[in-house]
Amino acid sequence: MTKRDQSAAKENIKLEYQAILNLIPYGSRVLDLGCGDGELLSLLVERKGVQGRGIEINEQAIYKCVSRGLSVSHQDIDAGLTEYGDKSFDYVILNQSLQQVVNLDLVLKESMRVGRKVIVGFPNFAYYKARLQMFISGRTPVTKSLPYMWYDTPNLHFLSISDFIEYCREKKFNIEKTVFLDRNRRVRLFPNLFAQVGILLLSNRGVS
Amino acid sequence: MGIPQGVEPLWRGHGGVPHSPHNSPQEWGVRGVERAIFGRMTLQSKGVGIVETKYFTFAHPPDELALESGERLGPVTLAYETYGALNSEKSNAVLVFHALSGDAHAAGFHLEDNNPGWWDSMIGPGKAFDTEKYFIICSNVVGGCKGSTGPSSLNPKTNKPYGLDFPLITIKDMTNAQAHLIRHLGIEKLLCVTGGSMGGMQALQWVASFPDRVRSAIPIATTAKHSPQQIAFNEVGRQAIMADPDWNGGNYYDRVPPDRGLAVARMIGHITYMSDASMEEKFGRRVKDEGQNMKSPPDFEVEGYLQYRGNHFVKRFDANSYLYITKALDRFDQAGGKGLHEVLKPARDTKFLVIAFKSDWLYPAYQSKEIVKACKLANLDVTYCEINSTYGHDAFLVEIEEQSHLIKHFLSRVYGD
Repeated sequence: MTKRDQSAAKENIKLEYQAILNLIPYGSRVLDLGCGDGELLSLLVERKGVQGRGIEINEQAIYKCVSRGLSVSHQDIDAGLTEYGDKSFDYVILNQSLQQVVNLDLVLKESMRVGRKVIVGFPNFAYYKARLQMFISGRTPVTKSLPYMWYDTPNLHFLSISDFIEYCREKKFNIEKTVFLDRNRRVRLFPNLFAQVGILLLSNRGVS
Repeated sequence: MGIPQGVEPLWRGHGGVPHSPHNSPQEWGVRGVERAIFGRMTLQSKGVGIVETKYFTFAHPPDELALESGERLGPVTLAYETYGALNSEKSNAVLVFHALSGDAHAAGFHLEDNNPGWWDSMIGPGKAFDTEKYFIICSNVVGGCKGSTGPSSLNPKTNKPYGLDFPLITIKDMTNAQAHLIRHLGIEKLLCVTGGSMGGMQALQWVASFPDRVRSAIPIATTAKHSPQQIAFNEVGRQAIMADPDWNGGNYYDRVPPDRGLAVARMIGHITYMSDASMEEKFGRRVKDEGQNMKSPPDFEVEGYLQYRGNHFVKRFDANSYLYITKALDRFDQAGGKGLHEVLKPARDTKFLVIAFKSDWLYPAYQSKEIVKACKLANLDVTYCEINSTYGHDAFLVEIEEQSHLIKHFLSRVYGD
């Protein structure tokens, strides 16, 4: 990765977080599934005054979260969210974690149960650069949002924005808002081709 | 084949756990290599220095302590130690509970004793429980034999040791007694209650009994109810004691105590405090001495270790107390058939930090996760970490760095609230 790419990637991360911050009203109750080192969650606590909780499977990441003063659980979200009652959170966030869980169906279903709304952010496998790499070189794509080699990736699911929208339709999830991002800008036209990251705000049908 | 007492054990040179669990390093006899280790630790990290155990006596008749069994006990003495200073708002007090065989001496050194308290690496200036910020109290339990009223204490009615006339005690009785001590110290609300193993159960019980008198709890390597496996190991220990003819129905205070039985009970305990991996690392298949001949094959180091532990334990612990306290552990069931979250619900503002250890098979992580689940269902603020350690249940006394990190940050969040 070149220096320029790195700074751009950094920019992109901020944009992603900013997009999520924009989706969440002040003072909400938020559960961040796969919260990593807690960067997003602590932004939400600081800037949006949310009551934040996180779940993370990586022990070292837990230590970072705790030093940020967050309440986090060292657990595997694949095991479900049985310890939370229905609608115990206003927002459940699955940012860059959905593609890494085994039981994607279960995790999403559980998220929709414990949260009034669910925010999902994931890398778009159908990004045009990924398509070109596949088409031209015949290789598994490696992009900024999908930076791993095929033999060393935490990602278990490779999905495009269109895939996920179709999935939501099948599952009868209501898509309330969408934000599509390229490196450092929002993508409004042909997101499935030009966006690296898709962020969707979901709710159950009938919940506004 | 038994290990001769007083022989310098060979395994000491093999490293392993310097500061051993369950609890005091006293029994390890800190000499030689270990003294060097402790000496260095003490130089590197400032400790709380010289401390002494204090005693608080209350529940004088007719105001005896009402026990869960319905019986009354009094007067009751609790041995305790304190480290650091209580602030003017009395808002910085942390109550530390010890494990099965621990005592009030959690940190620092007693005069003319080279052994630090059992959690000295966690309590002191700049440590996890920072004595420059917090006022730490550690109290012995009722039923114990380390300065508090227990089966070996004199029964005022007969002027003889209680023995088996001592009433059955529970974890709740222990915390009820400690509540008197905390009040005596002038503290209305504790900043934190914490402890590992049985200490963790007391922490949970404190929250359930006095939800308005505690701002946070750190239960470590513990459970909200003893499992059949945990009860089973304790029962073997108890049977070993009671099978010793010297036990004599609990009446041995004027004669030879049931040392063999108690030593075997302790040996079983130690097996459960370690893990397959930690035993492999610590002992392997090494033998203590080269075997002279096949008639008396050499002892494996692990055998010598257990015997040494057992033999030293009997010098500092009362067999009847072991029976009473293990019974209290086994009877512990915080929720008692209800949902644990229902029990924790009144502790609305109590923040939790729950810590478990990966290789702890005596108090497995799933038991800690049940506590976490209950906290979440009760809508409490809870943080949970399963620390990757090979030390088994002993880890809560050994894995200092990770625990300190978690506890320091957690406590300062609670304190700063």
